[in-house]
Amino acid sequence: MRWLIPFAPISGRSRVLLGGVSFVLPILVWCLFSYVPFIWHPLIKITEPGGVSYFRVDTLVDKKVFAAENEKMVAAGSPEARGVPANPIFLPAPDQVATAMVRAFTTPPRRSDEPWLHESLWHSVQIIFWGFTLSSIIGVPLGILSGVFVGVSKLTEPVVDFSRYMPAPAFGALAVAVLGIYDAPKIAIIFIGTFFQQVLVVANTTRKLDTSLIEAAQTLGARRLHLLFRVVLPGISVDLYNDMRILLGWAWTYLIVAEYIGASSGITYFINQQAKYRIYDNVFAAIIMIGIIGFVTDRLLALLGSQMFPWQKSSRPSLFGRWFRKNSEAFTP
Amino acid sequence: MTPEASLGYRKQSPEVAARFSRMRDRPVILSVQALSKQFGDHTALDKISFDVRRREFICVLGASGCGKSTLIRIVAGLETPSGGEVLLDGKAVSGPGPDRGMVFQGYTLFPWLTVKKNVMFGLQMGGKSAFDAESDAREWIALVGLAKFENSYPHELSGGMKQRVAIARALANRPRILLMDEPFGALDAQTRAQMQAYLLEIWRNVDVTILFITHDLDEAVYLSDKILVLGANPSRVEEMIENPVPRPRTRQQFLSAEFLATYGRISDLIHPPTSVPQERMPVPRLTAAGDDVE
Repeated sequence: MRWLIPFAPISGRSRVLLGGVSFVLPILVWCLFSYVPFIWHPLIKITEPGGVSYFRVDTLVDKKVFAAENEKMVAAGSPEARGVPANPIFLPAPDQVATAMVRAFTTPPRRSDEPWLHESLWHSVQIIFWGFTLSSIIGVPLGILSGVFVGVSKLTEPVVDFSRYMPAPAFGALAVAVLGIYDAPKIAIIFIGTFFQQVLVVANTTRKLDTSLIEAAQTLGARRLHLLFRVVLPGISVDLYNDMRILLGWAWTYLIVAEYIGASSGITYFINQQAKYRIYDNVFAAIIMIGIIGFVTDRLLALLGSQMFPWQKSSRPSLFGRWFRKNSEAFTP
Repeated sequence: MTPEASLGYRKQSPEVAARFSRMRDRPVILSVQALSKQFGDHTALDKISFDVRRREFICVLGASGCGKSTLIRIVAGLETPSGGEVLLDGKAVSGPGPDRGMVFQGYTLFPWLTVKKNVMFGLQMGGKSAFDAESDAREWIALVGLAKFENSYPHELSGGMKQRVAIARALANRPRILLMDEPFGALDAQTRAQMQAYLLEIWRNVDVTILFITHDLDEAVYLSDKILVLGANPSRVEEMIENPVPRPRTRQQFLSAEFLATYGRISDLIHPPTSVPQERMPVPRLTAAGDDVE
């Protein structure tokens, strides 16, 4: 029972295994609900309407209604309806969603003016990119300066701290009034959602820098700008990079709200349209797609980070990272 | 200890006495004059005065909390005094600068720079080109015996190696005085002994004056020319002791008469008999404690 000891380390193999299980487990639960007929399945999908006048093949009816109608049929001596247990339309089975993940990319949109799925996704990615980039261009330098200079901190942080309690979507109507209905207000929402947190997070990270490094640099003759660029920036770079990864994740959480503002667009528009057409396979596919994009981006950034900062004791290199390091000599001429 | 024995540390062999008298002719590099430091109502330093002459190795010794770290930080320019001043070559210092190199107890190597780049840092701050700085840095790294590790990052080095890099980095700037704030305090006993011997070798072979803070009595006697003993609460100079142990120093001298007399004297100064708390703290004997321990 080693794994019951608090904070006990586990082997690399079990780590990978558990990582896999964390994905497999929810899918397994989903499979149980989808494929085992006696678990949930509150509806009946009609295969033969029998004598019931309003039943059609593939109609979904409530189990009670189905039983009541068949009782009537038996009483009237008409042929009984037949059907199989089914789940509501909003819970498609994993295989349907898996098919939809592929099909959604290959199926042309219903109306010629609607975007393809990949166009919707690309549009969303661009909104995130611009919102996050614009926020970082101002937020990161401001955060670093407030971390370094007490004066800047006292000047900016109270109002930033106040502003971050105002939910970004609250600015939606205002953003549309000022910036129109297309992409600008959406980028603005991502910006507002990211910026205030970013300033505070970056300022805190900067303040956490070991002051003895600054003192050491001073006794070596470093002054003002050198301290900032040769000590503070490299000193916080690893933490700053990780902050940015977390903040990028937050930016994604504002995406759907942002895309509702003004003319709905991007992946939100796609999801809404598919829900309107009652193609829930596609709705699931699109939601999972957002997860995949976010997760893969973060893993890639983590991997890039482990390569960018060679001075770091990366105690837990990823599977790919270890493979990459082992083989990196093969890539370099 | 009898008064006579307690003055044994004042007996200097003719060679040692001659060396001290020659030392008195050397120019003063660092002069600390009536230095005081207040933290609110608390007086950390009370009118500390002493001189450090060229090529001297001075240890500042005191019990923990006696303000010796504050003293060296003021000398380094990292803190400002409440009164008095620090003169370097006769000029008052204000703020930190490369003329006073510092080695800290915590390893303050820049983790993002390799050993070589760490040593180059100060040289480049001083306006040297990358090329010149690199060749200088190589020499200093070789001096501390780490040529093989010049491209390693600090996290790949042991504690002792890190402090050797820190010493090389401070020395590369050719400081007028090297300030060392309990530099070996975080090392294990064996590494510390090695580093002490190593530091003496460096001091012997490099033109450098050293002001060394420690709370370790052995370390102070083993390394120093003079020991500045600070009392506590508030901290003032108890005595500036001329260390009678002849050079070159070896570990065998730890049992020599001069060493023990000096050790006894500084021990009495920083732990006066009246202030030593009860030596035995009574512990109730448990019934299941077992026998045969004494």
